[in-house]
Amino acid sequence: MAEQPEMAVLRSRGDGLFARASVIPLALRLLSIGPVLILVLLAVLFSLLTPNFLKPGNLGNIAAQTAVIAIVAIGQHLVILTRGIDLSVGANLALATVIGGLVFRSFDSAILVMLAMLLSGSAVGAVNGLVYVFGRLPHPFIITLASLSICRGLALELAIGHTTMRGMPELITTIGGASTFGVPNSLFVVLIVTGLAVLMAKAMVWGRWIYAVGGNPQAALGMGIPVRAVLVSTYVISGLCAGIGAIMLAGRTAASSPLYGNLLELDTIAAVIIGGASFLGGRGHIGHALVGAVMIGVIRNALNLLNVDVFFQMIALGLIIVMAVEADVLRNHLEARARVVQASRTQ
Amino acid sequence: MTEAPAAPVLAVRHAQKHFGAVHALKDVSIEAYRGEVLALLGDNGAGKSTLVKCISGIHPLDEGEIVLDGQVVAIRSPAAARRVGVETVYQDLALFDNLTPAQNFYCGREIAFPAWLPQGLRFLRGRAMDQEAAAVIERLKVKLPKFDAPVALMSGGQRQAIAVARATVFARKVVILDEPTAALGVRESRKVLDLIVQLRAEGNAVILITHNMEHVIELADRAVVLRQGRKVGEMKPDRDNQRKLVALIVGAEV
Ligand SMILES: Nc1ncnc2c1ncn2[C@@H]1O[C@H](COP(=O)(O)OP(=O)(O)OP(=O)(O)O)[C@@H](O)[C@H]1O
Ligand SMILES: [Mg+2]
Repeated sequence: MAEQPEMAVLRSRGDGLFARASVIPLALRLLSIGPVLILVLLAVLFSLLTPNFLKPGNLGNIAAQTAVIAIVAIGQHLVILTRGIDLSVGANLALATVIGGLVFRSFDSAILVMLAMLLSGSAVGAVNGLVYVFGRLPHPFIITLASLSICRGLALELAIGHTTMRGMPELITTIGGASTFGVPNSLFVVLIVTGLAVLMAKAMVWGRWIYAVGGNPQAALGMGIPVRAVLVSTYVISGLCAGIGAIMLAGRTAASSPLYGNLLELDTIAAVIIGGASFLGGRGHIGHALVGAVMIGVIRNALNLLNVDVFFQMIALGLIIVMAVEADVLRNHLEARARVVQASRTQ
Repeated sequence: MTEAPAAPVLAVRHAQKHFGAVHALKDVSIEAYRGEVLALLGDNGAGKSTLVKCISGIHPLDEGEIVLDGQVVAIRSPAAARRVGVETVYQDLALFDNLTPAQNFYCGREIAFPAWLPQGLRFLRGRAMDQEAAAVIERLKVKLPKFDAPVALMSGGQRQAIAVARATVFARKVVILDEPTAALGVRESRKVLDLIVQLRAEGNAVILITHNMEHVIELADRAVVLRQGRKVGEMKPDRDNQRKLVALIVGAEV
C-alpha cells in the first residue's frame, strides 16, 4: 500500500505507458526478441511479395552471401561487447586473401594457404588490440581505422597492381563455394564458428570476463580480472574471424583481391546492432550477430529479387540501423524506470 | 560492544600517498580489530577513499606498510587484497549492471572446472554458483525481485545489498565499505546497516566510511578522523562526543 503515492508521482511525471510497472518487463522482453520477430515478419513479407524468395536455391544463395558477414560479425560482436569497435575487419580480410593468394603461388597446399590467411587475420587483430591497450588509447576507433588504411594499402601493394588474383586450392573452393546435399558448405562453417563462440561466451570463464569487462571495466579491474588480456583477446578473435571470412570469400570466388571486404566493417557493425546487441557494452548474445547478419542478407536478397536498386538498399539498411539504435536507447530508458519502480516497492 | 582483542587484524603504518602535487595521505596509521566496526571519517577530499584504495590494492602506497595478522603484506592488486582476505565495497559501487546477482557474486572468482586448466579457460559451474549465491541472499534476508535478471533492473538499495552480500561471502578478515548508504533512502539504508551488523557478528573487522553521523553513532565501535590527508583524531563515538567528532572532521575548535 505504501507504494501508492510514489506510483502516483511516477504517473504524474507523464511517462504514460511505462509508468505501469508491469508493462516494463513485457516491453523489455519484446525488445529482446524483437530482432527475431522482425526477421520472421520480413521473411513472410518477402515470400508473399516474391515467390522465388523461399525456393531452396535462393535460400542457399542467402546463406552463401551471408556467411562472410555472419562470421566476421561474430568477432565484431565480441569486440562491441567490450565497448570497442573494429573498423579494420574488411581491409584485414582483403589482406588475408592476398597473402593467401601469394602463398598459393609458391606452395600448392590448401592447409598452408588457410593457415596463412588465419595467421594474417589474427596478427592484424593482435596488433590492433596491443596498440589499443598498451598504447593507452582512449578508444579503439582510431587504431582500427589506421589499421584499415594500412591493411588496405598493404594488400594493394602486395598484389602489385592486380585487382584480382585467380586461383585457390580445391579444398578452399569446396569449403567456400560448394554445397553438400544442397546446403552450402559455408553454412556449416558459420554454424561451427557460432557454436564455438557461444561455448566460449556463455560456458567459459573467459567469456564471462568479456561480459564483465564490457559491463564495468573499472569493476572488472577491481575484481582481479585480467582486463588487458581480455580486451586484446577480443581483437585477436575478431581478426581471426576476418581470416576465416577470407577463406570463405576466396573459396567462393576462387580468387583473392585487395578490394575484397569493402565496407564489411559497416555490414558487421550493422549486423551486431540490428541483431540487438548494445553499444554500451556487455549486453547481447552471440546469436544477435547471426540474426543481424541474416537480416541484412535477407533484405539485400529480397530487394534484389524485387529489382529495387542498390542505392535504395543502402538507404533501407541505414534506416534499419537507426531503428535498432533507438531500440537500444529505449531499452536503457526502460531499465532506468525499472530501477525507480523497484526502489518504490522496497517495503 | 565486547572488548577488542589485543592484536589488530589489520594495521596500516605511516602511510604516505601523493597524486602529483596532491599529498593525499600524510603519515596515516590505523588499526582494525576483528568483531569491530571502525568508522573512517573526514570531509570531502580528506583522503578516506585513497586510504582504503591503498589497502585494497588499487593504489600502491608511496611509503609505509600494511600489516595483516602481524605479517607485513605487499598488496599489489585488488586480486591480491582479496587473496589475503580483504574485501571492499567501493564508493562507486563495483557491480556489473549486465550480470545477474549470482554472476556478480562470483565475478573474478568463478566456480569452474577442470582445475588443471588456467582459470580463464575453465568451464563455468553456473548452477553451483546460482545455488550458493541464492543461499547467501536468503541468509542475509536480502529481498530481490528476480534472481536471474541483470542487476541493472534493481533499485539502488538492492544493488548495494548485493555488493555488501558479495563481500560477506568472501570476507575472511577485513571488509571495507566506502559510503555504502550514500545514494540510499532511509529504508534501503537500514537494510545495508543490518548487513554491516551481521558482518561484524561474523567476526570481521569492518571499516566503514560514511558522512552520516547517525550511522556512526549507532554502529561504530571506534572512529578515526582524517583531515587533509592527516589523521587528526580517534575516539569512541557516542551521543556525548558527537559535536567534538564533527568539529574534528571540519577542523573547527570546540
Ligand atoms: N586518482 C587520483 N588522482 C589524483 N588525485 C586524486 C586521486 N584520487 C584522489 N585524489 C585526491 O586526493 C585527495 C583525497 O581524495 P579522496 O578521494 O581520498 O577523498 P575522500 O576522503 O574519499 O573524499 P569524499 O568524501 O569526497 O569521498 C583529494 O584531493 C583528491 O582530489
Ligand atoms: Mg571517497
